[in-house]
Parts: sequence; C-alpha cells; structure tokens
Amino acid sequence: MVERKKKTNNEIIRLKNVAKWYKAGDEIVKAVDGVDIVINKGDFVAIVGPSGSGKSTAMNLVGALDIATKGDIFLDNINIEKLHESDLAQIRGRKIGFVFQTFNLIPTLTALENVTLPMIFQRVPYEERVARAKELLTKVGLDHRLTHLPNMLSGGERQRVAVARALANDPEVILADEPTGNLDTKRGEEVAQMFNKLSDEGKTIILVTHDMYVAKHADRIYKLKDGKIENKSGRK
Amino acid sequence: MIQDYFRLGFNNLRRRKLRSWLTMIGIFIGIAAVVSLISLGQGLQTAVTAQFATLSTDKLTIQNAGTGMGPPGSTAVEKLNDDDLKLIENTVGVELVIPRLLRMVKLEYNNAAKFTFATSVLEDKEKADLGYDALAIKTKEGRLIYSGDSGKVVLGQDLVKKSVFDKEVKVGKTIKIQGQEFEVAGILKKSGNFQVNGIVLLMEEDLKNILEIGDEWDLIVAQVEEPKEIKEVAEKIKRNLRRDRDLGEDDDDDFSVETPLEAVGAVTDIINSVNIVVVGIALISLIVGGIGIANTMYTSVIERKKEIGTMKAIGAKNSDVLSIFLIESGLLGLVGGIIGVLIGVGLSFGAASAANSALGIRIISVEVNFLLIISAILFSFLIGIFAGLIPSVQASKLRPVDALRG
Repeated sequence: MVERKKKTNNEIIRLKNVAKWYKAGDEIVKAVDGVDIVINKGDFVAIVGPSGSGKSTAMNLVGALDIATKGDIFLDNINIEKLHESDLAQIRGRKIGFVFQTFNLIPTLTALENVTLPMIFQRVPYEERVARAKELLTKVGLDHRLTHLPNMLSGGERQRVAVARALANDPEVILADEPTGNLDTKRGEEVAQMFNKLSDEGKTIILVTHDMYVAKHADRIYKLKDGKIENKSGRK
Repeated sequence: MIQDYFRLGFNNLRRRKLRSWLTMIGIFIGIAAVVSLISLGQGLQTAVTAQFATLSTDKLTIQNAGTGMGPPGSTAVEKLNDDDLKLIENTVGVELVIPRLLRMVKLEYNNAAKFTFATSVLEDKEKADLGYDALAIKTKEGRLIYSGDSGKVVLGQDLVKKSVFDKEVKVGKTIKIQGQEFEVAGILKKSGNFQVNGIVLLMEEDLKNILEIGDEWDLIVAQVEEPKEIKEVAEKIKRNLRRDRDLGEDDDDDFSVETPLEAVGAVTDIINSVNIVVVGIALISLIVGGIGIANTMYTSVIERKKEIGTMKAIGAKNSDVLSIFLIESGLLGLVGGIIGVLIGVGLSFGAASAANSALGIRIISVEVNFLLIISAILFSFLIGIFAGLIPSVQASKLRPVDALRG
C-alpha cells in the first residue's frame, strides 16, 4: 500500500462521552455507552464489531440521523445535539454523504436523477446539478448508465451510484454503513478501494463494517463491543 | 424546485400505474358527472327557455287536467268546450280568448306518411293573427291562411324537407291529411320552438271536419288586459271554472291555468332539482375519491418509509418531504380531474347528439363553461391535496433513523 500523507491536526468529529440508551420493555439497552472518539479531517476510520455492538447506532449519531441520550457530538466544531431537525437536515445534506448497505436509491429515479437529488434539497440550479451529477457518475465509471433506473443496475453499480450521490454536495465526511454487505467479495473490494481513493482526495471517511478485510482499508480501526470502544488499532 | 417535486410525484404515480388509476377512478367519475350534467343542464335550460321565448307575458294557457306533458287533447277525459270558452272570455280582466285544437294527424305525400301535430287557425282575422303571434309564426315561402282558405294548409319547416317524404314539398303542391287533399299555401320559417317546426296549420273547420270533432278545444289562450294583473286574472278564471264544474273544496282542479313564466319555471325547477340530486351524488363520489387518495397515500407512506429516511439522510427537510407527498396526492386529484373533465365533456356531447337525433332536431346544445372546467380541475387538485394532508404530515415527521429502518 502507498503511504498516505494527511493532515491530522484539525479535527472534524468529536464524540464526548456519547451514550444512546433504548427502552426495550422494562429493560434499558445501552446500544452506545460512553464513547469518546476524535476524528480529524482526511481520516479514514473503520468501526468494527459484531452485530448488536452498537456500531450502526454510533454511525447514526455521528450522521445526525439520531439524537444521543447523553454526551455531545461536535461536527466541524458545532454541537449537533443542540440543533433543530431542519438544521440537522441541512448539516446532513451539506457536510455528510451517506452510503448504505442496501444502497437506498430512489427506485423511480434514474441514476442521474438519484445523484442530483441531494442537490435539489440544497437548491442547486438545474444545469449545475446535472453537470455535477454527470461528472460524479463518470468518476465512478458509470457514465454509460446515466438514464438507467436502479433495478436495471447490478449491485456493484448501484453502490457506485450511491457513492456518487454521497459526493453530490461535496461533503467533508462520508459515512458508510456496511457498504459492502450486499456485494460479493470482488465488488466489495472495488467499493472499498473507491473509499481509499476518496480518502486520498482528502475526504474524511467513517466506515462501519463487520468485515475485517474491508476494515483493513482504513487508517484506523475502532472495535466496538457492547456499546463501548474496546481498542483502537492503526493500519500498518 | 417545485417543478422537481412535481416530476418526482409524477414518477411515483407512473411507477404504481394500476394503483394510481384505481385511485383516480373515484375522482374522475365525480368530476365527469359534475361536468357533463352541468353542461347538459345549461344546454337544456337554454333549449327550454327558447321553447317558451315565443310566449308573451300577457297570455294565460288553460288546459284540462290530464293533458300534462303529453300531447294536449290526447289523454284528457273531458275536453274544454265552447261553454268554458265563454266563461273565460267573460272573466273580468280577460281581453280576448283564442281556443286551439292541437291534434296528431297523418300526413301523406309522395306515397310516404308521417304523423305530426296539426293546430287550428280561427276564422276571425284578429284572433288568427294573435294565434300566429303567440307562436311567433312567419312564412318563408307562400303565405299564412285566413278565413276563406278552406282546403289550404301551412307546413312547418321540418315537414317539407326531402328527408321526410323523399321529395321536397313545395308551395302549391297537394298533400293528404287524414286522407283528404289540401293545397300547401305556405311554408314556415325555421323556429326556435321545435313544435312549430313540425306543425301543420289548418283552418278550424277543416281540422274539425277531418277529425270529426264536435264542440271541444284542447287549449284556450286568454290574453289579459293588464299583464301586471295576470296572476289575479288566472285566479279568477280558476274560480269561475271551479264554480262552473261544481268542484267542492276538497276536489282538485280538473284543469290548469298557467302563465307562460310558470310553465318555464316548472321545467326549470325540474332541471334544477335533477341537477341538485346529480351534483349531490357527484359530490359523494368526490368524497369517496378523496378517501381513496388518502388511503393510497397512507399505504404509500408506509411502503416508502425507507425512501423517506433516505431523503432525510441526504438533506431533505421535513418541509421538503411534506411538499413531495402533498404534490403527489394533489397530482392524483389533478390528473383524475383532467380525465374526468374530458370524459364529462365527451359524455355531454354524446348525450346531446343522441337526444337530438332521437328528436330529429338540434334542440339541445352542450354549453361547456370554461369556468366550470377550470374550477372542476382546481377542485380535484385541492381534494387530492386535502386527502393527502394527514399522510404527508405523517411522512414528514418520521424520524430519519426510524424511517431508514423501513
């Protein structure tokens, strides 16, 4: 692997004693229980752990999709736990790009339209967003699939559309929740390498996975168990 | 921005084609019913008003009960007679009375036959003219008949056409009525009143002779001295007739005295009440259609939870999701409305032309009101939006993390 040069001194995400508890019947489930993480701009971080370890919950909290029971989450020095839903929507739209295990493309929209969708919510003018979407789809190697609907695409292609969509508003952070979970090893490897490439371009990447082979693409791996960070290991 | 949402909504409706169509059926039945019936009703009203436009406001029509909507004279048990005529003539406020016979006769010409109505022309010149005036009769060819014109007839416009006897009837020709020969003295100008277009005018004596009628009349037109007092005069005539016929307090009138406006009013009332009933039914259909839209939108929200979560994850605010879903349900109403209008306009033209060809004359014309169409479409769009309101609010308020779980 090529050694990456990164600025590691400016932080983009900080989790301070973050916890997320659920009530399941009479029992309180501590999905995330006192997590402290600092992620700097340009970092490629993997969060691994068995299912039920709280890694997806942690990612939902970082991605402003969910609200923590306690603790603070800072995104670009803004405490997102104190924000209103419409501000959170703006933050998700501008600063974060999501990649999901099940791709989550809108089935009625073509590849091109799916990629333009996040820009519609940011009121980007039509010509600009179409040009940008074409550029991104070309970047992920799908310039010949612009007018295809998701069901006409293979799993790997769908996930590449999803990556292009995540990049639409040029966010600083890419959050990927088991992005290779529904792909075979080869396609999974391709998608993982795509993250490496994005990392090289300076994007901050947080990858949630249970697959250690995929996690090894990251610079740092956090292991989560029972809602707590077990250890942190660097990629060597 | 908003057009993007319209495109999104339209895409979604197209994806669920069958469900969208089924949902819209309620709306387009309602709208089609409203549009076609209002268009036809207006056309019908215009036609009816035209029928009565020839009647002036200073004349009363007296008929025997039982004649009703059917051809006068055809069903009445007891006919009006000369005694009645005198009684009416002597009623205070009546200036002049014009009795009239109106009977079905058989016309023969060029070895073909046709049944139509014949009416009588009085011997008295003044009364004959008043009779003509009352029906706004004018000739196109030839002349009208008066005293001394026995053996001559005047024919309505529709009777002389080549299509009727396979040969055009011209002035001076001989035509058979009830087997007796008559000379055609004149042909009438086309009238707005379709009864006039198909009428045969004969001298009173001629008509009585060929039909072997004695002392009887089908209707009596009474001209009043003061048009303002027409109602009072009508009451007096009623009272006189009741007394003459020895009707007790509990007995119903066995005759009718109608002012022309009452006659128009009666028909208009019928049309209006039919309209009200039909519009009521159409409104119920629209409400059911709205409930259908609400149901579809609820299902849609449940089915597309994950999609809603995804949209929120990629930056959609609650208001964006709300707009997208509202526009989608509005579109269901809008498209349903547009199709409904098209069906409704088509239906009313179809019904009108069917009625016209059955009557053999262009009497009912469809009046498509532009305002009606625009408001019908707008209304259906609003029904869609209204029906989709609660499901859309529900969709917009979903928490992203819950929605993403699907």
